[in-house]
Amino acid sequence: MRRDRLRVVAYSVLIGAVLLGVWQAAVAGKPAGKSIPGPAAVAATAAHMLAHPFYDNGPNDKGIGLQLAASLGRMAIGYTIASVIAISLGVVLGLSPVLYRAVNPYVQVLKPISPLAWMPLFLYTIRDSAQAAVLVIVMSSLWPTLANTAFGVASIKRDYLNVAAILQLSWPRRLVTVILPAAAPAIVAGLRISVGSAWVAIVAAEMLIGGTGIGYFVWNEWNNLALTSVIFAILAIGVIGVLLDAGLGRLSRRLSYQE
Amino acid sequence: MHRIGAGGDILGRAVDRAIEHAVFGGELGRRAFIACVGASAAAAALASVFPVGAARAIAQEKTGPPEKKDLKVGFIPITCATPIIMAEPMGFYRKHGLNVQVTKASSWAMIRDLSINGETDATHMLSPMPLAISLGVGSQSVPYVMPAIENINGQAITLATKHKGVTSAGQMKGFRFGVPFDFSMHNFLLRYYLAEGGVDPDKDVQIRAVPPPEMVANLRAGNLDGYLAPDPFNQRAVFEEVGFIHLLSKDIWPGHPCCAFAAKRDFASSTPNTFRALLSAIVDATQYARDRGNRKEIAAAIAPKNFLNQPVEVLEQVLTGVYPDGLGNTRTVPDRIDFDPFPYHSMAIWILTQMKRWGYLKTDVTYRKVADEVFLAGACRDTLKALGYRAPETTSVKHIFALGKTKVFDPDKPAEYLASFAIRKV
Repeated sequence: MRRDRLRVVAYSVLIGAVLLGVWQAAVAGKPAGKSIPGPAAVAATAAHMLAHPFYDNGPNDKGIGLQLAASLGRMAIGYTIASVIAISLGVVLGLSPVLYRAVNPYVQVLKPISPLAWMPLFLYTIRDSAQAAVLVIVMSSLWPTLANTAFGVASIKRDYLNVAAILQLSWPRRLVTVILPAAAPAIVAGLRISVGSAWVAIVAAEMLIGGTGIGYFVWNEWNNLALTSVIFAILAIGVIGVLLDAGLGRLSRRLSYQE
Repeated sequence: MHRIGAGGDILGRAVDRAIEHAVFGGELGRRAFIACVGASAAAAALASVFPVGAARAIAQEKTGPPEKKDLKVGFIPITCATPIIMAEPMGFYRKHGLNVQVTKASSWAMIRDLSINGETDATHMLSPMPLAISLGVGSQSVPYVMPAIENINGQAITLATKHKGVTSAGQMKGFRFGVPFDFSMHNFLLRYYLAEGGVDPDKDVQIRAVPPPEMVANLRAGNLDGYLAPDPFNQRAVFEEVGFIHLLSKDIWPGHPCCAFAAKRDFASSTPNTFRALLSAIVDATQYARDRGNRKEIAAAIAPKNFLNQPVEVLEQVLTGVYPDGLGNTRTVPDRIDFDPFPYHSMAIWILTQMKRWGYLKTDVTYRKVADEVFLAGACRDTLKALGYRAPETTSVKHIFALGKTKVFDPDKPAEYLASFAIRKV
């Protein structure tokens, strides 16, 4: 076990080093500004930006920390709304096979639509770019949670529900003590997929609407063809994505159970 | 007495002076009269023989403090927006009693929606946009007004380096071009240029709307053969060594309008004093930018991340007109970009004929009426005069196109003008 762990770390470091080496070799010898920037240039930019993450020079120029915070805040709102809707609807659909089959075709049609495709419609109808961005997050994080919740609730062992019926538990108690805990691993798996797609969508949405956020930051740096900043932002987006996923991974381990 | 009306503004004073001048026959006569009867009596006497109030009202509606001081003005980070942007760091908004925050938008569709939705109070637009939006073409129909042009000239056709041998429109068949937006001078000027060279812009080439920042990247990737775009993205392509400047837009139509300052008609009528103050700030800034001696200072003011986010070097090359063209030459074209706020109605009529020509405008409209409603030449003239600048007395002029054989656009004969083109959709 211990030896495995050491080997994992060793391989990880090795892969990282090889990737950096390939990157450095690919750009070496080329004059700065004529090809993508190398790791050293990106590291310098990163050091500079991380040194002042929270500066605020007006509405169009804020530090990376403020940009990430704006994106995370926006995402938290949209993701929470989506999760509440998806879990409630998912429980209903999971408990009623007939309803599930009736609603399923609509879900299947709506699910593959890129959340960004809704943006023009939202802007036109709700007339507020910040809310439109939040709604894009809702659309992106609704379906995985909904599908997983419905599936999780539908596959709860009949025995559990029967016992609950025999004990004459009230509906709220049945929901809180039996249904949700039994379906929890499936629901959290859905939430984990959703948080990933929400984070993917927020960057693209912010590139469209502008304002504040890591997506806007990428767009603004792109505007200036400042690729070092763009690469740094890509890495920052990746790191935050990993942290979000790890958080929900932890939650899922705590909620899993053996039948 | 040194003024007759109640308002203390410059324009009001100018009108009063003009009346006094006419009635008393010059400064001496006025002073003598006032010395005899006293100031207020002089005012009353004057008001009894001449409708002072009415004269002041004709020059401008009644003024007062701005109804709303905290404003948001949208902009796209291009040099065309120079007056709108520089007015913040250089204090032109403050000077006219406003607290304006300029907000960067990512695309023309976005700037349109931010403005229609009221998230910005007024906005930077491409000069064809307020016309198109007012007519409900390519947008929901919302009445807009456009009291000032931002820049004239200042655009260019940039081609990818691999097309270095290309010297005329005729050699561009099969090209893929980028323009910033359908309803842009860029689209209409590129189409005009191609068609004059015998290339049908709808059949022989592809023209797509591409956000300016993506243009350089697309040119590098070989995804576009060229574009007619706002600066700094022409000069940026040279700076990045991926393209060269084939033709400045001023060599198609010298003095053509490009970007503009626009707002919903609602904003102008519900907060007239704010609108007037904002217009004064913009016109003031535009006039300041017009002076070539100020261009370097302006380049430094608008380069930071909060505004254009571009290298100062590139902005200076654009604004001073001394620039490398990407073919190994350094060129000096002082009027590469210029700033002139006056929105001639004839400019609007030309734009409308082109919207008609290329099938964007499918219905028949009275060109002059639309031009009159959207391009507020009168408001701009009043503002220019109030600030002490000269302003054109006529709102409609003939425009001269310099490309190849000189052609004249007569705004009184739009139908004949349209019919004179061999390549057109309608």
